[in-house]
Order: sequence, then C-alpha cells, then structure tokens
Amino acid sequence: MNIRRFLKSDAAAPDTSRRAFLKVSAGASAGLMLGVSFTAPSALAQQAADTGMEFNAFVSISPDNTVKVLIKHLEMGQGVYTGLATCVAEELDAAWDQVVCEHAPADVSKYANLLMGQQGTGGSTAMANSFMQMRQAGAAARAMLVAAAAAQWQVDASDITVSDGVVSHGNHSASFGELAVAAAQLPAPDRATLTLKTPAEFKLIGQDNTLRKDVGKHNGTAIYTQDVKLPGMLTAVVAHPPRFGARVRSFDASAALARRGVQQVFEIDTGIAVVASDYWSAIKARELLQIEWDDSAAETRSSGDILAQYRDLVETPGAMAESHGNPDAALSASSDVTELMFEYPYLAHAQMEPMNCVAQVNGDAAEMWYGCQSPTSDKAAIAGVLGTSGDKVTIHTVFAGGGFGRRANPASDYVLEAVRVARQIPNTPVKLVWSREDDMQAGYYRPAYVHKLSAALDAAGKPSALKVRIAGQSIMAGTSMAALMINNGIDNTSVEGLTEFAYDVPERQVELHSPQVGVPVQWWRSVGHTHTAFSKEVFIDALARKAGADPVAYRLELLKNNPRETAVLKLAAEKAGWGTTELPEGWGRGVAVHTSFGSTVAEIVDVSVQGNNFKVERVVAAIDCGIAVNPSIVKAQVESAIAYGLSAALADEVTLTNGLVDQTNFHNYRVLRMNAMPVVETHIVPSTNAPSGVGEPGTPPIAPAVANALAAVTGRTFTRLPLRLA
Amino acid sequence: MAYLLTINGQSHEVDVEGDMPLLWVVRDHLNLTGTKFGCGMAQCGACTVHVDGVATRTCVMTVADSVGKNITTIEGLQSPQAMAVQQAWVDLQVPQCGYCQSGQVMSATALLEQNPNPTDADIDAAMSGNICRCGTYPRIKAGIKMAATQFTNAAGGAA
Repeated sequence: MNIRRFLKSDAAAPDTSRRAFLKVSAGASAGLMLGVSFTAPSALAQQAADTGMEFNAFVSISPDNTVKVLIKHLEMGQGVYTGLATCVAEELDAAWDQVVCEHAPADVSKYANLLMGQQGTGGSTAMANSFMQMRQAGAAARAMLVAAAAAQWQVDASDITVSDGVVSHGNHSASFGELAVAAAQLPAPDRATLTLKTPAEFKLIGQDNTLRKDVGKHNGTAIYTQDVKLPGMLTAVVAHPPRFGARVRSFDASAALARRGVQQVFEIDTGIAVVASDYWSAIKARELLQIEWDDSAAETRSSGDILAQYRDLVETPGAMAESHGNPDAALSASSDVTELMFEYPYLAHAQMEPMNCVAQVNGDAAEMWYGCQSPTSDKAAIAGVLGTSGDKVTIHTVFAGGGFGRRANPASDYVLEAVRVARQIPNTPVKLVWSREDDMQAGYYRPAYVHKLSAALDAAGKPSALKVRIAGQSIMAGTSMAALMINNGIDNTSVEGLTEFAYDVPERQVELHSPQVGVPVQWWRSVGHTHTAFSKEVFIDALARKAGADPVAYRLELLKNNPRETAVLKLAAEKAGWGTTELPEGWGRGVAVHTSFGSTVAEIVDVSVQGNNFKVERVVAAIDCGIAVNPSIVKAQVESAIAYGLSAALADEVTLTNGLVDQTNFHNYRVLRMNAMPVVETHIVPSTNAPSGVGEPGTPPIAPAVANALAAVTGRTFTRLPLRLA
Repeated sequence: MAYLLTINGQSHEVDVEGDMPLLWVVRDHLNLTGTKFGCGMAQCGACTVHVDGVATRTCVMTVADSVGKNITTIEGLQSPQAMAVQQAWVDLQVPQCGYCQSGQVMSATALLEQNPNPTDADIDAAMSGNICRCGTYPRIKAGIKMAATQFTNAAGGAA
C-alpha cells in the first residue's frame, strides 16, 4: 500500500492506476477508507454517507447498502416510484427492501422523457419510455459492482454472481454498500456490452412489489407542495377574475391590509395577490378586497350557448382529419342510415390537492418547490417571466396530490402565478395556495364537445360507411406544442379514438371544427379518448341493438382484423360471464372496448336500475398493457381510471352562466364517493411485449360501458354525459 | 387571542384569530402537516382528525371551539385499530397519490374504534365523507376489512 507511488502512477496513467487503486483498496483491511483518503480526503466518505455514490444518473449506492433510484417522472399516484425502481432493481439484482426512490432534479440532459424529447410526465408514457432505460441503468451499476469485486478478489468477473443485493464468488461475498465507493469510480460500461434479462429471468418485474412504508403515505409524513415549510416563508392567495379573460380595472386593499397577519397586497397579471403569514389570514383578507373587474375581453357566454354553437357546427363540413373512400356518397345512397348526436360537458380535474406552488426569487434566479410534472417547459416559462436563462431556475419536485393532467399545464399557469408573486418579495419563499374554489373555477377544463356520427348500414346491419363530425376547442391551440401537435388544422387530441377507427368500416371520414372559446382548456385523464371512446362504443352498441345482435358478438365480427382488441374483449366477456350468467330483474350488462396510449382495455359493467336512479354494481376489466411490471399497480390504476371515468359518467359537469362558472366546490361538483364505487375485477392479459400505458387506458371504456348497460335495461340510447335516466 | 389546545396528548398555546379553523392551526402554526386541506367546507374529509374520539372535519371547526377537546391528528395515532389500519394500508398498497389518505386513515380508525367488525354498508356510511380522486375506494374497503380481521383476531373485541 504505497500511496505515494500510487499517486505518481495515477498521474501518469489514470486507467492503470484506477485498477491499481482498487487492488490497493481491496488489500487493505480498511480498504474503503484508504481509497477515500486518497481520492478526496473525507469529502468522498462524506458524499458516500450523505447522498450515496453515484453510479449513473439514476442509481446511487451508499455504504449503508441503500440503493437510491432517481425517478425522472412525477409520482402523482400512478406508481412510478415503484415501477421504475423495480426495473432498476431487477437488472441490478438488488434486494427490493434496499431500494429507495427520490425525484430526479429538473435536468433535461439526463432525465428527458424519451418519447417526448423533454423532461415531463404524461400520456401514460412513464413506464413505456423508461422500461429499457431503467433496466440499462441497473445493469450498468451491476456491471460496475461486479468489476469492483473482480478487482478486489482478483477473480474473473464472469464467474461472479449477484443476487438479492449480494455480490459473490466462491468464499467471497460483499454487499453493494461495501463495494459502492470503489465501484462508483469505475468507468461506466458501454451500453452495448450490457446483457439484459429475458422475461423468464425476471425476479422483481411481474411481482407485486410494494412501495416502501417510509414514503409516509399511510401516516401523514409524505411531503406535498402544501406541506413545504421554509424559513421565513409567506403564504399567498390570489383573487382571480370571475370571468375568463377579465382583468383588474381597479381595487381597494385597505380593509384587507388591516387584517391581522397580512403583509402585502398587489396586482399581478392574473389578479390581486394577498400575501400573509398563513393561509387563513390571507384567505380572510382576500374576502375584504374591493375589486372592479374589466370584462371587456372576457368570455361572457353560457355553456349552453357554446354547446348550441357546436350543434350548429357539426351540421357543416369541418377540417378533414381522416378520410377513407367516399362515405358521403355511401350515406346518400344508403336506405339504412343511423345518426346520433353526442354532447360532452366541460370537466374539472378536481385533484385532491388544490393547485399550489412554492417559489423564491433571488435576483434573476428562482428556486421552486412543487409537484412538478413538466420540468422542461415550466423551467423555460419561469425563465421567460424572469428574463433569465433556464439554468438559473432550480426545481425541487415533491409528491403531487393527484394530477390527472392538470399539473402539466401548457401555460405553466399556477407555476408562473407563484413566480409573479414571489418576484415582488425578493429573497423570500412564498407558497401560493389555491382554495378549492380557486381550483374549480380556474378553467383548464376538459373541453366540451359535440359529435355527430352517421353510418350507412349494409344488409347484415353492419356499418359500410361512417362519417364523424366533432366540434370543440383545441387543447393544443395557442400552446408551445401547437406547432408539433396540430397538423393541417387538426389537433389530434380532438379526434384521437375516432380516427384510426378500431372496427372494420370500409369507408369513413372524420371532420373537425375547433372554434375559439374563452374558456381555458387542457388534457384530462385519457385526453381525446374521454369523449371519442364514448361516441364510438355507444354508437356501435346502438348499431348492434338495431341489428338485433349480441353487442359482444357484433363487435367481434367488426374486429376480425384486430387480434389484440379481440383477445381483450373475449377475456373480459369470459370473466364477466357475458351471455352465460343471469342478471337480477332490473339489472343490465354493457360492454365497451378501446385502445389508447398503446394499451387495450375492455370493460363489462352491470348496472341496477330503480325508477330514475341506477347504480353501477360491478365492473370486469381486461387490459393488455404489454409486460405488467407490477400487476398490483396495474390493477390499482385500472380501478383508479374506472373510478375517475365513472365520476364523469355519473355526475361531473362544469357549466357556465353568462361566463361565470357555476360550480365551486365538491357540494356542487359531485365526484364519485365510496358508496357509488362498484366492485372492480381486473384481468391482465399475459404478455412479453414492452410495457405500454396504464394510467389512462382504463378511463375511456367505463362511461360507454355504463351507458350500454343502461341501454340494455331501458332500450334507450344515451348520448350525453353525465348520464341521466330522466 | 391565545387559545390552549390539547393535541396528541400535549398542550399547545396558539395566538391566532378565533375564527381560524383548527386545520390551519395545526398545519400553519403547529407544523402538523399530516392533516390535509382539500375543500374548506367539510365536503372531502382530507382534514379529518379525532375530536374526543370522533372523526371530525377540522376545516370548519374553529380554534375557539377546539378548546377543552381531546384532539388527535394522524401524527398522534396510537390505538391498536390505528396501527392495524396503517399496516393494512401498506400491505394492500392503498394509497396512490396519497393526499387524501391521512383523512381516510383517520375515518377508518374512528370507524374501527367504534365498530370492530363493520359491514360493507357500515364502511360505505363511515367513509363516504372522504373523497379520493384516485379512486382507491376498493382498497380502502379491503384495508378496513383486513385491519378489522387483524384487530378482532388479536384483541378479541377488546375495544
């Protein structure tokens, strides 16, 4: 152990010396300490103990044997902590209970969503884009541990085994923690040299690994934006205009300023900010503001007027989204045409944690703490407001209390509001908190839509031509993604699900009207499929009933060229006892199947009807999502997606009266509660295909399956959401 | 004005306006952030604590009305029922986003403390004041049943 000599050779030939260093370390009884004392006296030991040794952008291992996985996606309930860590742990051959997770920093150079090209969570892509990347990160760290062990033990790396967090060879064995300091300093292996496991070799993937207890979601210790506490932090609330597009004309803050705890009141772009020592002081002071609003640029229509405009629009030709053959000619030539109009309301996300964000602005730099879903675009937007560069913006991501789309706001609305407040109080952390009412009335809703579907039927009652017209606001228009997502005037999120029609219909076309309305809109769990799947599945069901056919058999006929939907539909039908079990009097059974975000889900619903009331009693779901990395989470997400979609099917609806949003809180935006939650059984189609979406694909089929179950009881076709028997 | 509160077995004196809801006293002034804000009008249950053993929405209970009461927040849960509920929540992976789960755990614990063997209808009645937008309702129900089984097996109705 001649450190002096080692130092010399290190300077001359770093690669050789690194190996020499490892041998030296291994030979010492306190090998790690020796290595540490050379490389960076105490600093490395401290780093190793504090944050672990970094193996790559995703994996750090501490001497205490903790494997930390950095999660590049926002954990908002969909299970990315567990799912992505499972992929790392699988190829690392870690023991599951040594793995902890932490949100990755906002750094697109390391943590981009590989399907988006920027760091961000959405479109049910978290597992789909990370599956190989996380496994490679785990395999790379494993290779480094093996190389370090091989050097220490002077054995061939290929003879070393790794299992459950222990590296072994003959009589040698070491924990990851024991090898961490040495291994982390080795060069990262070339990705091409890594051999990943085959599905048959998986030990953790495919198992119901559980999220560790210490994330604290069972005992109140998990930290959300709402819980962030910083020294000297103030709380801000903002009085927003009651109508979208209105501005402040004038305001009087004298009474508000007199309220105990209030520090400042000032105007920002989005309204009047009240900054106080705590939330209650701020919210009570806000009630004392006297504000005159300028409605000259505001949206003042009622939602009924907007839907009436859409009903007119679908009677006129729109922009062509998709065209096969000449359905117009087929429809005018046909003696058997079925036509249905569908209507969909605006929907609020109503995630449990109302929007909030902590910001501190120091000169041209900003530090942020929140459940950040779109680090890259939020960062750019923050830098834009401050007139600075993205590298001056630091984002600390914490757990998000639900998202369902809302937190990935293309305008970074709530994030920028926090920055605009905080910049008025430099060097002070400010927590912007929205009340439930603020959240409910802030817009960025799932757009309202009207659809018109017309089909020409052949002699067997099958559609030979289908024409679809859709009217509703574009989600992408006016956002930074418009150039990418709107092609030839078609926002794909307005038509997805009715374009690339799953059923065999030879001639079809989809037309789109995207009127401008002053109500801010945004994606909502499963985006366009929230409405297109309903029209498609209710329409097909109506055609089946008209033909006197069994709805499952009718669909299977039209899915002859779609083996995936066929398999999923058959599985759900079999598990639900479709056509084989009797239902009680007054009950009905309905079906829907739909593919979105790369996954196919079929749902079969039993409803009971009493007078003008009904209850959804049971849902049997089948999903093909490729490899189910964690079947328990897949099932939880299908249940969740069903609950979320069922809430909209039964009750959710945002309406406007003369531009004022009618709903304010959960007493008049009536979301699903436990007493209306059906029994849900989820069946996963076994697969060795790469994982596809799980968070959203369960939502689209539920509303049409319920509508079709009601149709089975009543004989009526339900074309409007939320569903009403009377 | 100063108010003397008994929270999790400890006395706390807070100097706040008398109309401040207990929710904001515990969150903003006592740094007990396990109790969550969801609606501010007793509609969602995220702010549920136990007041003299009864599941209570703190977003509409003023600090003035909280004086002299025995208040337990999620941070102070100790009963065997609470431990069984929390273990079931972990075992069954009940939480998704988790934001509502403090309130769910408080309501579920209060239910089991009063009714060690609840039926589905009992659970629906006790839990329908707690909204979960992630739709964890089936697992909440299963978690309560699992906790009830553990509790009744272990303690034999000692509640």
